[in-house]
Amino acid sequence: MTTATLDTAPKQRVERRPAGAARLGLRTAGLYVVSVLLGIGVWQLLAMHYGPSLVASPRETLSAAGDLAADGTLTNSVIASARRILIGWGLGLLVGVPVGLLIGQIRIVRQLLEPYIEFFRFIPPVAFVTLAVVWLGIGESSKVVLIFYTSVFIVILNTSAGVMAVSESKLRAAASLGAGRRQILTGIVLPSTVPHIVTGARLAMGNSFLTIVSAEIVAAQVGLGSLIWTSRNYGRIDWVFVGIITLGILGFVFDRVLRIVASRVLRRYGVKL
Amino acid sequence: MTKAMEAEPTRAPAAGRRGAAVRVEGVDIRFGSFHAVRDVSLDIAAGEFLCLLGPSGCGKSTLLSALAGFVAPHDGSLTVDGAPVTGPDPELGMVFQSSEALFDWLTVRQNVAFGPRMRGSSRAEQSALADEYLGLVGLRHCADKFPGQLSGGMRQRVQIARVLANRPSVVLMDEPFGALDAQTRQVMQEEMDRIRRVSGCTVVFVTHDIDEAILLADRIAVMTAGPAASIKSVYPVDLPRPRDVTEPSAAELRHRLRQDIGEEVRKALRDQGLALEEDL
Repeated sequence: MTTATLDTAPKQRVERRPAGAARLGLRTAGLYVVSVLLGIGVWQLLAMHYGPSLVASPRETLSAAGDLAADGTLTNSVIASARRILIGWGLGLLVGVPVGLLIGQIRIVRQLLEPYIEFFRFIPPVAFVTLAVVWLGIGESSKVVLIFYTSVFIVILNTSAGVMAVSESKLRAAASLGAGRRQILTGIVLPSTVPHIVTGARLAMGNSFLTIVSAEIVAAQVGLGSLIWTSRNYGRIDWVFVGIITLGILGFVFDRVLRIVASRVLRRYGVKL
Repeated sequence: MTKAMEAEPTRAPAAGRRGAAVRVEGVDIRFGSFHAVRDVSLDIAAGEFLCLLGPSGCGKSTLLSALAGFVAPHDGSLTVDGAPVTGPDPELGMVFQSSEALFDWLTVRQNVAFGPRMRGSSRAEQSALADEYLGLVGLRHCADKFPGQLSGGMRQRVQIARVLANRPSVVLMDEPFGALDAQTRQVMQEEMDRIRRVSGCTVVFVTHDIDEAILLADRIAVMTAGPAASIKSVYPVDLPRPRDVTEPSAAELRHRLRQDIGEEVRKALRDQGLALEEDL
């Protein structure tokens, strides 16, 4: 009788303690602020040492950002680049996840596609800039395709690695409970692979930001990459600084949003970020 | 019996359902050049509880995997009520050693309803069946939790309910209580006896725990040490239930089983090049 209670007492998942979590959050935020202030300090010292023709100071950068924001250039650049990234990255997920699932699950698909994946994933998107413009013109599609290109392989690789890691006993259990091949793929393999897919999506997001600047080298009217390239032509180091810093902040925000949304919505699939 | 059990009166969900007879004939299992199981023959009667007992790594689980249709034997035949086993089948339920076999992203109820859902049962039928079998294992109050929120013993009970909800004629169990602590294991063994009676299935239960085999089995088949494991001897267990392993007749059986297994363990160690004191 007494032993029964041992078994029936469930292990509660450790719930967040509000007070402790708040204190921890405050501490983290505080350290972030300290770290950023220190960084700006170092930047100021470098600017003073090298002069404005090499390093724009924090103050100059801020006022340049103000100018660029005032005439709408900055906002338009952020919107244009964010749009290209979201579309290209979204398409990369849309194609990469199913392909990754099939590669992981079906040997012949893996054998047919693996050589191409292992080939293209070593060719950087910047190598395709010229071809993209020649083939797709100077419109949006050439930029979106480059972002798609940089996203899709990393999503495929992570998804298929996740499929290979699905526990054998889950697959066997599903089969012996009467699940067919297709039901196992959508009902067991896909849910088990979700944490790997999220990791792939985050890495792809990073790749997209690395690629957006090269995607906007040629013939982009607006965009953060294009801002950086045109500023060079005008010799405006301060504008280059604005472009670079905005790009970094945008990436940070995108990753944060992705992490928060994924860990809320996909928590039951074991996504912990 | 646990408190939860008393709160949820046991019904007989599968009343009238009979287990199937399992016949293993000259089964040989190889993985490449590795010879895992050699020439095993066993006749298991409908509704019988058979324990496969043997030293760790002797091929008990491999034989069970073949019975479940996960592994095709190299030679020999496996039949259930005369029909050959050709692959995984809802008639052959499997309870795995690790609760990793549960689907962590589904609630306990959804886990148990998985089999009926695959069969295309209606939603109402699915959740009725799930609740029925969760009641049988005393977990109806946990139906909306996730497996990760349960203790090890509870997770194994979910596995048992999930298999029984498919109304299989044979239940295969691969050291289902091996990963549990001693007290929980004892509770689970007592419940197993009751669940088996209610469900009426044929059970093939793999274990390396002699007392567990004596407590549960109608017959105990002892396997030799691998590789190329086979059946060494089969003991009927004619003890009244519920059983007490400390009774003299149980003690005698335990002694014989221990000797049998001890021989196999010593043989295995010698094969691995270890000399034992008594051999010197």
